[in-house]
Amino acid sequence: MNKPYYESGDLKKFKNISDWSPELGKQFFEYYNRVFAEGALSAREKSLIALAVAHTVQCPYCIDAYTQDGLERGIEKAEMMEAVHVAAAIRSGASLVHGVQMMEVYNKRSM
Amino acid sequence: MGVKSLKAKAHALADGTRQLEILNNGIFAAGGLPKFQERIHPILGGGLRPKALEILQLNLGYMCNQVCAHCHVDAGPDRKEKMSRKTLEQCLRILEQTSVTTLDLTGGAPEMHPDFRWFVKEASQLGVADFIVRSNLTILRANKKYYDLPEFFKTHRIHLVSSLPFYKKEKTDRQRGEGVFAQSIAALQELNKVGYGKPGSGLQLDLVYNPSGAFLPADQKALERDFKTALKKDFDLDFNQLFAITNLPISRFLDYLIASENYEMYMERLVDAFNPAALDKVMCTHTLSVRWDGFLYDCDFNQMLDLKVDHPIQHLDDFEEGKLNDRSICISQHCYGCTAGAGSSCQGSVV
Ligand code: SF4
Ligand code: SF4
Repeated sequence: MNKPYYESGDLKKFKNISDWSPELGKQFFEYYNRVFAEGALSAREKSLIALAVAHTVQCPYCIDAYTQDGLERGIEKAEMMEAVHVAAAIRSGASLVHGVQMMEVYNKRSM
Repeated sequence: MGVKSLKAKAHALADGTRQLEILNNGIFAAGGLPKFQERIHPILGGGLRPKALEILQLNLGYMCNQVCAHCHVDAGPDRKEKMSRKTLEQCLRILEQTSVTTLDLTGGAPEMHPDFRWFVKEASQLGVADFIVRSNLTILRANKKYYDLPEFFKTHRIHLVSSLPFYKKEKTDRQRGEGVFAQSIAALQELNKVGYGKPGSGLQLDLVYNPSGAFLPADQKALERDFKTALKKDFDLDFNQLFAITNLPISRFLDYLIASENYEMYMERLVDAFNPAALDKVMCTHTLSVRWDGFLYDCDFNQMLDLKVDHPIQHLDDFEEGKLNDRSICISQHCYGCTAGAGSSCQGSVV
């Protein structure tokens, strides 16, 4: 057993999730495509948001897909890295802000 | 980036036959990805065939002041092939006879051809509706003897199609060489000065974008908007349209794909993105490409693979438009580059 849990080739099989549930699969992909279409936010902005979220959920498929998507759209590496830092800042901030809870519990229980 | 052509390095991929071997085997061998022919036959009920001839593209020669990493021509300062005066005169005679509406001069850098100005003067009097010169921009600033070219182009009402891979320095210089971006911007400023790309001037200046790596171009309209905004804001530059062109797996780009281990992934991407609507509009259906020595090809890419037209008439010496139109277009797996996504041609997307 040396097959890794994640295989880059599996990304191409994503559409197969419809096989076992065609109607839900179809609705999901329709929804997905509409979400990423030009709207109040540009498709370019959405691509950067997707890249940041991909790093937050740590999905290797999404990181691969949205790095390539960014390259195609002419998004530059400085922009991509800033997006990843936004994800990282929110993540670390979310940990740190809980420090307030720790401090409160600590203070409440201490004499 | 190398400073020599594959040919000067005696690289195996300088040979079209070797390139075709790669394109016809590997992941396209039996049981792998479908060959282009297998993909299009069910749709067209046969091979790809020309419609009416509209564009005559003349490749004046492979000499160029640049040695871009992605160049499908394998052009460079070390390439000496160039069209003879006799062949250029033949082209003029043919332009007088045919119904072509677009004349498209390419290279290498066509401006480096010693008969370039003479030919442009002659050809511009023949009443072709659209007379294109493909300029790499830096040539206009490469030497004082080229400084007056913007005025020259204006005098002859030339439609300029110029490559600018990106609106920022880093990606442009990585693909085309250090300093290329700054020189290209300077050239665009000179062109704007004489009216090129300015609204109402009637002097058309289009830019060509092609990806600087193993990925496809995004939506042409979105890229055009980004280019326009950035070039205006950063350099106060104007241009007309942006053409987004897919890199075809030929010559130096093929070499790059293989060396960077991106070849298979890139070909899968092109095959996955196959678009039947683009197939209907591929440029070979209305173009003929002429090599420096007068041989005829379905397109500039086939010229680089030395896939001559599949017809008893293969040279300008025997040119007869009506007869030549009755032929099959030569195809291989590089053709997937023309049918991926929104399609790609020398005029950018096709759908
Ligand atoms: S891509 Fe154009 S400018 Fe670059 S080397 Fe080839 S012919 Fe010259
Ligand atoms: S490379 Fe493109 S233009 Fe040339 S023959 Fe193939 S499909 Fe036609």
